[in-house]
Amino acid sequence: MELTSQFIQLIFSGLTIGSIYALVAIGFVITYNITGVLNFAQGDFAMLGAMLAITFVSMDMPMGLGIILSIGIVVLVGGIFERTAIYPARNASLPTLIIITLGVAIAIRGFAILIWGTQPRSLPPFTENNPINVLNAVLLPQSIWAVGISLVSLIAMHYFFNKTFIGKAVTACVVNRSAARLMGIKPEWMSFISIAVSAGLGAIAGIIIAPISGATYEMGLMIGMKAFVAAVIGGLTNAPAAIIGAFMIGILESFTEGLWTSGYKDAISFALLLIVLFFMPNGLFAKASGKRV
Amino acid sequence: MSKPLLEVKGLTKAFGGVIAVSEVDFHLNEGEIVAVIGPNGAGKTTLFNMITGVLPPTSGQVFFDGKEVTGNQPYQIAKAGITRTFQNLQVFENMSVIENVMTGVHCRLKTGFLQAGLRLMGVKREEQQAFDVAMSCLEKVGIADLAFEAAEVLPYGNQRLLEIARASASSPKLILLDEPMAGLNPQESRQLVDIIKKKREEGMSFLFVEHDMETVMGISDRIVVIDYGKKIAEGTPAEIYENEKVIAAYLGTEEEEEAI
Amino acid sequence: MNHSKVSELYNRHYGGLFLFIAALVIVPFVANSFLLSVLILVGLYGIVTTGLTMLMGYAGQISLGHAAFYGIGAYASAVMTGTYGMPGIVGILVGVAFAGTVAVLIGIPTLKLKENYLALATLGFGIIIFTFFKELKEITGGLNGFFGIPSFNLFGFAFDTDLKFYFLIWALLIVGILFSKNIIDSRVGRALRSIHGSDVAANSIGVNIQQYKLKVFVLSAVYASVAGSLYAHYVTFINPNLFTAMESITFLIMVVIGGSANIWGGMIGAIVYVLLNELLKEVVPMFFPNVGGEFQIVFFGILLVAILIYMPQGLAPTLGKVWRRLAGRKNKKAAVTGPPNADATVGGSKS
Ligand SMILES: Nc1ncnc2c1ncn2[C@@H]1O[C@H](COP(=O)(O)OP(=O)(O)OP(=O)(O)O)[C@@H](O)[C@H]1O
Ligand SMILES: [Mg+2]
Repeated sequence: MELTSQFIQLIFSGLTIGSIYALVAIGFVITYNITGVLNFAQGDFAMLGAMLAITFVSMDMPMGLGIILSIGIVVLVGGIFERTAIYPARNASLPTLIIITLGVAIAIRGFAILIWGTQPRSLPPFTENNPINVLNAVLLPQSIWAVGISLVSLIAMHYFFNKTFIGKAVTACVVNRSAARLMGIKPEWMSFISIAVSAGLGAIAGIIIAPISGATYEMGLMIGMKAFVAAVIGGLTNAPAAIIGAFMIGILESFTEGLWTSGYKDAISFALLLIVLFFMPNGLFAKASGKRV
Repeated sequence: MSKPLLEVKGLTKAFGGVIAVSEVDFHLNEGEIVAVIGPNGAGKTTLFNMITGVLPPTSGQVFFDGKEVTGNQPYQIAKAGITRTFQNLQVFENMSVIENVMTGVHCRLKTGFLQAGLRLMGVKREEQQAFDVAMSCLEKVGIADLAFEAAEVLPYGNQRLLEIARASASSPKLILLDEPMAGLNPQESRQLVDIIKKKREEGMSFLFVEHDMETVMGISDRIVVIDYGKKIAEGTPAEIYENEKVIAAYLGTEEEEEAI
Repeated sequence: MNHSKVSELYNRHYGGLFLFIAALVIVPFVANSFLLSVLILVGLYGIVTTGLTMLMGYAGQISLGHAAFYGIGAYASAVMTGTYGMPGIVGILVGVAFAGTVAVLIGIPTLKLKENYLALATLGFGIIIFTFFKELKEITGGLNGFFGIPSFNLFGFAFDTDLKFYFLIWALLIVGILFSKNIIDSRVGRALRSIHGSDVAANSIGVNIQQYKLKVFVLSAVYASVAGSLYAHYVTFINPNLFTAMESITFLIMVVIGGSANIWGGMIGAIVYVLLNELLKEVVPMFFPNVGGEFQIVFFGILLVAILIYMPQGLAPTLGKVWRRLAGRKNKKAAVTGPPNADATVGGSKS
């Protein structure tokens, strides 16, 4: 393969995987803004979505229906998680909350082992998956689906938080709790909505990646971690920056894998994370702020 | 006394666009009690944070005991001889009362990890020393009988006293008190005034922020007034009492408050 | 007017400890070989979690990367004794030096971070080290693992049976706990706890918080590394999958179960975790005959959440009460082993 086409190839796969990270990263940003907690179970929602969709499709359910049902279930799981694990501990210290989300993450993972075992599974592509030739590089239709669906979801999120009543209430709540209360919204429910919505985004991510790289019970950890890296690059509060971060990570990964070795792929992303944390602890695009005493 | 104990020159702090403290100069002589007053949001706490190293100043300098300490870490400044209390209480809730104060003795002791882990000679003696110092500090603020209680169960007023005991445990030359009377009942306030006076007799100096004018006028040798981050007046209580700028600043805020 | 002495402050009576040690000495002679191997595992984990308790429970810093230090110890010993035929003690010391150095390098920047980021940074760091175990194939054997690690040998004495190893591990664990307890009951311990209580107040009364955080991080890394070294000698075969992020999380689960603000909490958590784990491995397949992998994590995940919500001090305080009753000691005014009403939670000051 000549160099430019290899280059384009790597960009394609970077964008595909980046779009997955972007969805999960936005989930982080939403949850973080509203609850102040990094939700370590975020990646496992992706796994859950993928596994459910695979199960439904293998039961001969029409794909669209199976996908929507899976997303719905994961949203529900997200909501239950918030009510049973986050809400009762809302006054605990931050590290406690972080560890709680970690507990939920491994509970979901263990649950997946019980139900689906440890073997990788895969979801059929959404449509005929004959490679398309673009500038001598191969583009799979499923990649177009992945990037497309994730962009549509991100736009939908933007619309939700800036245009709908509930979304605006949630956003207002971040800025000013009592103002949100005046709008008749209980701030306590904001955490519920944010986690449920993020769970849904996670599920979408898992479902669109499943036809490309399959699904295993432990896929959530890496997807979650990479999305973390993306979100941190955006300073955890800045959604567009997190999306840019996600595509950066995706492309960095695909180039590491394509031009060097897949073995160090993960290490490279985390090295980037550490570098960002050390030198720009508030993200690449953020301003500093300190705790008041 | 030739040189002031604490000298602040052109101290400025900007948070993004907000200038919380702007070009503040003042000094404090050894043995003095100086009050910093000003309306809410004037920048008093920020000033304290810069003096104690909690926040790095945007510009300006702090001199203590003849040496520049600008931009030093809080623990270095504590070692040099300035400790403080906090407007929003920062008691160690995970410790007993006496341990809180024993932690205050930290910089006068030496035990390190290895020495402590092996419980080498000297550790026990230092423990006793820390305990005795802490106990006497608690006695001075009148809460020695609560020494073994968990700090978190103490009522608010006692937590304030605990912070003062903790701050004085290392026998610093200067203690900064950020609104020490807030939340205290009149009796507790009087008690606190006595404690401060007694400690001054022992040679400690105080810089404090306080809204309660009676206390301020009663115990300060001098008063520094800041408004919107700027020093607008400085002088003895009597001088400040008559200063028009100060009256305007205070009346101004009162009017604003009424308007709300 | 006050007659209190410093001796009333910390519980430094060791009557109960002697009973406990006596029990430890008797147990292996009544236990079967399976139980003995389980107890060895408990002891190894206990060493790691005791160090981690110092870091998390007392100083309030979360680490999700301690499997990396455990692994560094294990590979250092494997390579030193297996590849180069050095004595066991050399492996341990190389491991400690390596883990300590890595802890300093990683700790200096990481420990400046706030809770959220610290958890993340240590998790990321753990994954990076895991990648090295996997990819430095010439040294570590990569995913195929490292075979044939000789049994531990100390000055000519070979710890070549489970019984000998049991005594080695538990002696070390007890020494480790006492060393930690001594630290906790001192100026250093108060400094660590003050960081947890309020880092800004600690700093403002003279505690060099960065330095203390770093030192306790290194200490916990050293504990983990020593345990890792001995683990490698015990199992004689290691591979990178023993040192994953999940293993780090497992350590954390033990600390939380046991009670992070109690120096015995790490050991208690290790006991409960390992026994529960063995139990689950027996019981669950009765209901899910085809189950494989680490299905137990579903229970530990739920347990972790439940404990943090309903019993944030972990098991140690409750067990401590029972133990004191058994050991027949009167409950003295200040006879608390841990911090009184230690901030219920793991890590971090409330903001
Ligand atoms: N960490 C910070 N980040 C941003 N702005 C800050 C910070 N700390 C203080 N400020 C701002 O600086 C200004 C001065 O605040 P400061 O707390 O110093 O006032 P103060 O005089 O102590 O008020 P009060 O009497 O209410 O305690 C305020 O406008 C405040 O909002
Ligand atoms: Mg203030």
